[in-house]
Amino acid sequence: MSGGLDEGRQSPARWILAIYTGVFLIYTLVPIAVMIAFSFNQAPNGRVSLRWLGFSLDGYRNAFAIGDLTTALIHSLVVALVAMVVSVVLATPLAIALARYRYRAKTVTDVVIFADIAAPAVVVGASLLSLFLTLNLPRGLFTIFIAHIAFDVAFAVVVIRARVATLDRSLDRAAADLGATPWVAFWTVTFPLILPGIVGAGMLAFALSIDDLIITSFVAGQTLTFPLWVYGAVKTGIPPQVFVLSTLIFVGGAALAVANSIVAHRSGRS
Amino acid sequence: MSDPVSVRRLGRGAAPYLLSLPSWAYLAAFFIIPLVSMLSMSLAKGNPLVGYAFAWNFAEFGKAVTQYNTQLIRSFWYGALSTFITLVITYPVAYWIAFYGGKHKGTFLFLILLPFFVSFVIRTLAWQFILSDQGLLLGTLKALHLLPKTTYVLSTPAAVVGGLVYNSVAYYILPLYVALEKVDRRVVRAAGDLYASPSATFWKVILPLSAPGIFAGFLLVFVTNVGDFVNAAVLGGPGTRMIGNIIQYNFFDAQNYPMAAALSSILMFLLILAIYLYARVFGAEQIQEYAA
Repeated sequence: MSGGLDEGRQSPARWILAIYTGVFLIYTLVPIAVMIAFSFNQAPNGRVSLRWLGFSLDGYRNAFAIGDLTTALIHSLVVALVAMVVSVVLATPLAIALARYRYRAKTVTDVVIFADIAAPAVVVGASLLSLFLTLNLPRGLFTIFIAHIAFDVAFAVVVIRARVATLDRSLDRAAADLGATPWVAFWTVTFPLILPGIVGAGMLAFALSIDDLIITSFVAGQTLTFPLWVYGAVKTGIPPQVFVLSTLIFVGGAALAVANSIVAHRSGRS
Repeated sequence: MSDPVSVRRLGRGAAPYLLSLPSWAYLAAFFIIPLVSMLSMSLAKGNPLVGYAFAWNFAEFGKAVTQYNTQLIRSFWYGALSTFITLVITYPVAYWIAFYGGKHKGTFLFLILLPFFVSFVIRTLAWQFILSDQGLLLGTLKALHLLPKTTYVLSTPAAVVGGLVYNSVAYYILPLYVALEKVDRRVVRAAGDLYASPSATFWKVILPLSAPGIFAGFLLVFVTNVGDFVNAAVLGGPGTRMIGNIIQYNFFDAQNYPMAAALSSILMFLLILAIYLYARVFGAEQIQEYAA
């Protein structure tokens, strides 16, 4: 028993909760199921139809047929990759400082990191746009990079910091006692131990970036990312390729996550 | 900058500052300065043709409140309502996973996060499909004569609030789950040993102990939902426009930058107030624990 309310274990409340959780999971997955199903729907006029017109693989055969949609997807992938790498590199030293040192600027740093995470996307987007307008900086891929790194950094700090905080300090002290310079001790002892945290932070940053619509909409100018393209197409009608590409991303991402957790499970960390 | 050798030479006092420097420099340039820039933009004067110049012009705030009070109030109302509904529907799920998830806790959390592999816009779009007048849900019910032909859901407040709830559930389950995981099971058992009924144990022990998660989730979800414009644009209509839609309109269509900046600043003040209240009650470090 994990020690819930009902030591008597047969309580109906427990079963009601279990059934409720099942219903809840179905509810969260319904739109995903609809998307996958409709990616196989026939689309005679190039728009996804609300009604089921018959099974078809045309959308998959022509998955990359819409040039600017494919370009938008590539933009999204490039932005997410760059933002992931830069934000993790920026965040790691700060995460170590926050987890290992007590210093004066710690509280204010905590508040700024939290504010960056909790800030409404509209405010982050509008403030960056105000800055770019004031500086007369043309909007495009470069300003999208700047914006994405700005919100990814804070999330990366929190994730990496949590990992650093679990580390046994005696390990790097032992390395120092054995004559390792701090530089060597960092790369041979600390870094491999916090790597899972860094990878986790990178994956979160990638996911946040590739999905972002609101902040990007303020700083993108004429450049389109995948979510922006889809948002723009809402009024005119959605081509089947949107659901097809999204289904492919979903299946690929879910498969990667499952594989990752199996590997992590086998190697004994989780 | 993270070179621990140079860190050592400068002494331990400087180390955390050197390690913080790259992130701080970045966040100062692209998070804090933009906020200042937005505030100064909100005080500017001018028009789209000649441009805007800073002028201590507070009038835009007054205009923002009088001109858009409907959308402001509506945003806070939709934000509060959707956050409350999200709390009520997700708490039992977080509770069940934390207390009865057993070996499969990780799997259940993974299932909760699964929809995140689909873009937020597309998830919202899928709801538009499901809820449209002749779509999967209403179309079927109408064909079965279970609903009158004129029933509609899209462009109503219910559709927008429903979309906000759907897009927030995972953001609320995670902090609730973290808080419920932390509840000391011995305390729960002790309540039972002292003859507290299951419902008394829940209301007087478990619920109060999970309060940090409830408030952290409320803060994150409420602030996000008040500023959202995508649900209102995809699922709503002219009668459900939120403040985010108005900010977009003023930046990109009307090119009234001071007005857009003033409205965003109002949202920012709300955020600062919310963080201040939370930090006063629970402390600044704890806030992060629940944030990611």
